[in-house]
Amino acid sequence: MKTAVITFPGSNRQQDVMRALQQATGTAPAAVWHGDHELPAGTDLVVLPGGFSYGDYLRCGAIAGHAEIMTAVRAHAARGGYVLGICNGFQILVESGLLPGILMRNAGLRFICKMQHLQVATQNSDFTSLYKKGQVIKVCIAHGEGNYMADEHTITALEEQDRVAFRYCHADGTRTLGANPNGSINDIAGILSENRRVLGMMPHPENLIEDIMGGTDGRGLFASLAKAA
Amino acid sequence: MTSDTRKSDWNNPDITPDLVAQHGLKPDEYERILALIGRAPSLTELGIFSAMWNEHCSYKSSRLHLKGLPTKAPWVIQGPGENAGVIDIGDGLACIFKMESHNHPSFIEPYQGATTGVGGILRDVFTMGARPIACLNALRFGDPSHPRTRHLVSGVVAGIGGYGNSFGVPTVGGQVGFHERYNGNILVNAMAVGIARSDEIFYSAATGVGNPIVYLGSKTGRDGIHGATMASAEFDDASEEKRPTVQVGDPFAEKLLLEACLELMKTGSVIAIQDMGAAGLTCSAVEMGAKGNLGIELNLEHVPCREDGMTAYEMMLSESQERMLMVLDPAKREQAEAVFRKWALDFAVIGHTTDTLRFVIKHHGEVMADLPIKELGDEAPLYDRPYEETVPQAELDARKVPNTLSNRDALLKLLASSELCSKRWVWEQYDHLILGNTVQQPGGDAAIVRVEDGPKALALTSDVTPRYCEANPFEGGKQAVVEAWRNITAVGGLPLAITDNLNFGNPERPHAMGQFVGCLKGIGAACEALDFPVVSGNVSLYNETNGEGILPTPTIGGVGLLADYTKHATLAFKGEGQIIVLIGHTRGHLGQSIWLKEIAGQEKGAPPPVDLALERKTGDAIRPLIQAGDLTTVHDLSDGGLAVALAEMVMAGGIGAQIDALPQGIPVHAALFGEDQARYVAAVPGKSLKKLLQALDAAGVPHSAIGTTGGDALILPGEKPISVMELRNKHEGWLPKYMSGKDSA
Repeated sequence: MKTAVITFPGSNRQQDVMRALQQATGTAPAAVWHGDHELPAGTDLVVLPGGFSYGDYLRCGAIAGHAEIMTAVRAHAARGGYVLGICNGFQILVESGLLPGILMRNAGLRFICKMQHLQVATQNSDFTSLYKKGQVIKVCIAHGEGNYMADEHTITALEEQDRVAFRYCHADGTRTLGANPNGSINDIAGILSENRRVLGMMPHPENLIEDIMGGTDGRGLFASLAKAA
Repeated sequence: MTSDTRKSDWNNPDITPDLVAQHGLKPDEYERILALIGRAPSLTELGIFSAMWNEHCSYKSSRLHLKGLPTKAPWVIQGPGENAGVIDIGDGLACIFKMESHNHPSFIEPYQGATTGVGGILRDVFTMGARPIACLNALRFGDPSHPRTRHLVSGVVAGIGGYGNSFGVPTVGGQVGFHERYNGNILVNAMAVGIARSDEIFYSAATGVGNPIVYLGSKTGRDGIHGATMASAEFDDASEEKRPTVQVGDPFAEKLLLEACLELMKTGSVIAIQDMGAAGLTCSAVEMGAKGNLGIELNLEHVPCREDGMTAYEMMLSESQERMLMVLDPAKREQAEAVFRKWALDFAVIGHTTDTLRFVIKHHGEVMADLPIKELGDEAPLYDRPYEETVPQAELDARKVPNTLSNRDALLKLLASSELCSKRWVWEQYDHLILGNTVQQPGGDAAIVRVEDGPKALALTSDVTPRYCEANPFEGGKQAVVEAWRNITAVGGLPLAITDNLNFGNPERPHAMGQFVGCLKGIGAACEALDFPVVSGNVSLYNETNGEGILPTPTIGGVGLLADYTKHATLAFKGEGQIIVLIGHTRGHLGQSIWLKEIAGQEKGAPPPVDLALERKTGDAIRPLIQAGDLTTVHDLSDGGLAVALAEMVMAGGIGAQIDALPQGIPVHAALFGEDQARYVAAVPGKSLKKLLQALDAAGVPHSAIGTTGGDALILPGEKPISVMELRNKHEGWLPKYMSGKDSA
C-alpha cells in the first residue's frame, strides 16, 4: 500500500497518522504539500490529517476543501482510490463534497479531548475489515466541531446502504445517554462514501496504536487498509 | 534632533509630567533619563524608556533578589537571561522550557489574555530552536461565589485550549485553584516545553556589524500598545477600560511561524533570533543589540503593518503577536526568504547592526529615536525596596481543632471542594493526546511525555501552595519547590531543573515585598538542597486590586527525566490484595491544611515545615525502585493528606482499599488529613514488599503498612465504606455543576 499524507497550513496531526501508517505498512508515507498539484504516482491511500487547516477561522475545513491539492484528491477518489479524512480531514471531505453532510459545533459548545469508545458499525469496508461488526474499540477524540448532521434523505441512505462506519458508544457498547460526546445524529462518528473507498471520521485511531499510550484499538483500521492493497 | 527645535504637535508633544506619568515612569526615573541622554526625550524615546524600564521588562524591584537563586548545575546549558532555560537530557538532546504569566490581560479579556499567554511562551521556546512537545499551566481564580469567577474560568480555559489545540501541542498538566484573594486579579501562568539538538540552539545576541535585521511573522497592528506597562501597575475599578491594550492571539499564524522558523534555522541563515513579546519591537531589538555589544538601526517604513498611518511610537510599542526578529547571514538571504514565502509569512529587512552602540529609529528618513543601547537595559532603575518580613503564624494544635464531621463525610466534602475536585472539565478542553506521546495524562502526579520515539521521557509538573506562602513565605517557597520535585519523583523521574513564575502583590508595599523576598529565599534554599536549579522564569508584581494583594504565588514548573518511559509509576491501584505502604513521617500537621479551611472553616496556623534533607533522602530512596520496574504504584501526599491521596488512588484504578493501621499517637483526623511533607503512598504485591521496605530501611526512611487494596470501596478505620462510584460522583461532580451555572456555589 502506497500512502500519502497531505499537510495544509494548520494541519497538526500529520506526524501522528504518519507514525500509524508506517507501523501498519512498514513504509513511510509520502508528505504532500497543500499547494502541490499532484499526488505521488501510484498512491493508493490519501490521508487528510487532523488539525486546524487555515486556522479554521471560517467553517472548519471550508478553505482546505478548495485547496490546490484537493483537485487531485477528488480525481483520486473518482478513480476509486482510498481517501481517509480524520477529524479536520473529515471536515475537509464534507466541505469538498467527497462525503455528504456537515460537522457542526459540538452540542456542549466546548472543545473536547478524551478517550472515547466506538462501535464498529460495519465490517464491510477496506477500512474496517479486520474489526468485527459490533466490536467496541477505544480511540480518542479531540474536536470542537464534530456534531454530524445531514438531511433526512441522506441519513436514511447512509443507514440503508450500511455506510455508517463507526458510532459513539459506552465501553459496554450501549448507546445510552452520555455516550455521544458531540450530539452527532444517530451517534455517527464516521461515514463511508458510496463506493466505500472514502472514510471520514472524527475520532483519532492514529493516537491509539501503543499499549502505553492507552491502547492499540486504532491499529485495526490501518492494518485493514494495509491488507487491502 | 533636540528638544528645542522639535515641533510640538500631536505626534511629538511636549514631554509634560503628566505624559511621563501616563507612561508609568516615576519623576525620579524621568530625571534618570534626562541625565542619561542629556536632553528631553522625543515621544518615541519616552515610549521606548517606558517599555524597557517598566517592572515587567526591567525586573527593577526583583533583580536584586533573583540573584540569590541557584542557577547552575552540570546539566544546565543555559540559565536565566535568554528566551528560555536549556538543560541537557543526554544523547545530544536538550530540553528548553519556561513559564510566564499573563495575569492582567486575562482578567480584562480572559479568552484573548490566555491565548496570547500560551502563544508568547511557545514562541520563547521555539525561538531557541526547539520544537514544543508539551504545555502546562497554573490557574488561580477568585472565590467560586464571586460573580465574575465562572466567566473568567470559562474564558481562560477556552483560550488556553483554543491556542494550544490549534497550534498542535498537547497541554498535559497544570493546576486550577480558587481563593477569594484572586477575586480581582486572577493568575494565568503558562509553561511550554520543547526539545532541540543540544548543538542546534539559537540565542538572541547579535553578532557582526552591518548584518541585516529581519522582521518575521505576522504584521504589526495597533494592538497591545503598552501591554507591559499595564502589567506593571495595580488594578482599580477602571481597569476594564484597558481592554484595548490586550492583544489578540492567532494560533494559526503561530503554527506557521513555528514551522517556518524551524525550517529557517536549518538553512544556517540565522545569526541571532528573538521573539517579539512584551514591548514588541523595542525590547527584542534592544536585547539583541545590547547582548551582542552592537548598535541597531531600524527603518520603520519597512515594518509590515496591518494598517496605514502607524507612527514610529505605535510601531515600537505594539505588542501584536506571532512576530520574530532575527539577525540574518546576508549570504543566505534568498534561501531564508524562500522559506517564509512558502509559509506565506512576512519577511522584511527592517534595519541592520552597527558598531555605534546606539539604538537608532528612523521613519521615512527622520530620526525618531537615538539612544544608547546598553544603557537602556543596564541602566534601568534597580530598587532595593523596603520590605517587612511576614510574622510566622503559630503552630496549630490538631487536638484543639473541633472535629464536627465524621472522617468519611469530611473526605467526601473535600473531594467535592473547589480546590480538590476533579479538574476534568478543564483538561478535557485541552488536547492532551496530540503527538501521540502522552504516557501520563492530566490527573497524575506529574505528566509524562515521551521524547520523540523514546526511550527517554520528560516528567512535567507545576506546583505551589499559596496559602502556605501567605502564612510563611520562606517555608511556602521551599514547599513549592519540593512538591514539584516530589511529583516528578513519584512518577520515577529524576528532577533536573525548574522555571519559576513569581506572582506577587505591589512591591512598593513592604508587606508584599517581604512575601516576595521570603518566598525567594525558600525557593533558593530548596533548589540548592535538591540540586534543582532555576533556569528560567518570570516575575509578575502588582497583582493587586483596590489595595488588596493576591496570595503570594510563586508557581514552580518542574522538569525531570525518565531514561525509559516504560519504567514509570502512576497513582492508580493496579491489583487486588496489594500492600499499601505509607512512606515518611506523619505528624498530623493540620495548620493551613485544606481540611482546616473546608471542614473547620479556618485558615490559620503555620504551614507544614519542610525538611529538605528528609525530602531528598525519601525521594532518592523511592525513585530507583520505580526506574528498576519494581514499583509501579506511587502517589505524592499533598493537599488533603493521606485520605485524599488514597481516594485518588482508588478512583484512578477502580480498585478499593481497606485501611486498618493508621499512624498512632495523633488524632485520627489529623493522621488522615494532615499535610506533613516528604511523604508518599505506594502499593506493592506481597512478593515485592520486602524489596521496598529494605530500600526504605537502608535509606533510613520511615514507613508503615497501612492496609490492602481490593473490593470496590475505600474503607477508612471505623467508618462505613465509601464506594468507588460515590467517590467518583463527588469528585467529578462539583466543577461541571458549578460551570453549568445550576449551582449557586
